[in-house]
Amino acid sequence: MSVTSEPALIEIKGLTKRFGTFTAVDHVSFQVARGEVLGFLGPNGAGKSTTMRMLAGFVTPTAGTARICGHDVLTDSVAARRCLGFLPEGAPNYPEMTVTAFLTFTARVRGYVGAELDHRVGHALHLTSLEGVRLQPIETLSKGFKRRVGLAQALLHDPPVLVLDEPTDGLDPNQKHEVRSLIARMAPAKAIVISTHILEEVDAVCTRAIIIAAGRVVADDKPAALEKLHPSGKLDDVFRQITQPSTTPKRAA
Amino acid sequence: MRNTLIVARRELGGYFATPVAVVFIVIFLVLQGVLTFNLGSFFDRNQADLAPFFNFLPWVFLLLVPAITMRLWAEERRLGTIELLLTLPITQAQAVVGKFLAAWAFCAIALALTFPFVITVNYLGQPDNGVIATGYVGALLVAGAFLSVGAALSAATKNQVIAFVLAVAVCFIFAVSSYPLVTDFLSKTTPVLAEVARRVSVAERYQGFTRGVVSLRDVIFFASFIGFWLFLNTVIVEHRKAD
Repeated sequence: MSVTSEPALIEIKGLTKRFGTFTAVDHVSFQVARGEVLGFLGPNGAGKSTTMRMLAGFVTPTAGTARICGHDVLTDSVAARRCLGFLPEGAPNYPEMTVTAFLTFTARVRGYVGAELDHRVGHALHLTSLEGVRLQPIETLSKGFKRRVGLAQALLHDPPVLVLDEPTDGLDPNQKHEVRSLIARMAPAKAIVISTHILEEVDAVCTRAIIIAAGRVVADDKPAALEKLHPSGKLDDVFRQITQPSTTPKRAA
Repeated sequence: MRNTLIVARRELGGYFATPVAVVFIVIFLVLQGVLTFNLGSFFDRNQADLAPFFNFLPWVFLLLVPAITMRLWAEERRLGTIELLLTLPITQAQAVVGKFLAAWAFCAIALALTFPFVITVNYLGQPDNGVIATGYVGALLVAGAFLSVGAALSAATKNQVIAFVLAVAVCFIFAVSSYPLVTDFLSKTTPVLAEVARRVSVAERYQGFTRGVVSLRDVIFFASFIGFWLFLNTVIVEHRKAD
């Protein structure tokens, strides 16, 4: 698993999104190579989700480009999305479907049939410890289980690129630990972006962290290097110091 | 095509996973029964045909079809699942057509369950079953036309009630645009529009089918009508999906 010899799996250049006069994401550029786990940090409304949505091809950028495995998310969107596992904010899923039916649907869309399909669904259920509830309608599950169904859907096709918007939100400490270990296990073979509010998570799983405030990248470094930006050596303090001076009006992103 | 059918299959499964399917089909059959046998004086007419049945059908569809389509996109947007659906490796057109086909197949199932009417009329007399068959084809096309309108309007809002009311209103316009009330008014004020109104009338095009006449013009009308609204649906989804 060489990190340097191949082009980055995620390439974002000058990505900008304006809603009317409000600039939600302002010339964001970064690359993520195989083997990297990028923590995407920022206050609410900083533009994290909007950036991830543009990367997933759901929101059309006002300017700039995003590529996944070399495929432009706008001009070659279906190919880009084949390489992508995406967990949208809030982990939405179809409430009336059972867990297995939902995963079977996404597996079919991903082109799997027959025994391979069953194997993929079974493996995704196993990775996210959902075997016990596989025949339950998703609406009857607790918040943590619903989040894991979303995660299972993103992992099902073993994609080279994973974009997870708050993957551990709503999980209990044990489940958080499981998801973090899962991400750490998958990390060497993939390029992973996770957004989070939980700064300890960055220390636990990320090889690199980007802090975004008011739509701009304000810091991009290894967690250990970021921690040195504040005398206390704590990421919390660094986060506050970097993001608080902003007085720009906030908007859901 | 494969992706379209996968989307359609999931959507159709969704109708039957909730009480929507049963409630819709029961109300549809009860309404059609009451309208045909009571209001339509099926027995008193003493004629072996299903004319009352087919005459009421577009009005029942006008009320019930928007109830099917109102959730198609509005629900996806409210739940946020639209973000999931449209970040899967499918095109937006595949998602739009897949959802439409599911709703259409559902209407076809509801229509198929009206078979006791056909049995009844065949038991009582000797109807022209060819006319009944073309009537069913026409009914399916009217359902498709109303569905395509409702689906496009559902994509424009997160609110299912708004989607329903808008769909009923717009379908109503296309249902009554050939009626004298409308055309007389238009020919007095803007004669050009009176002709247009008659030509785009779903009810007018449907009349031929109920009399056993399948004209290519009418089939092309329904195909382009549905095609236009599905195209509009795709455009609306593209512009409104992330709002």
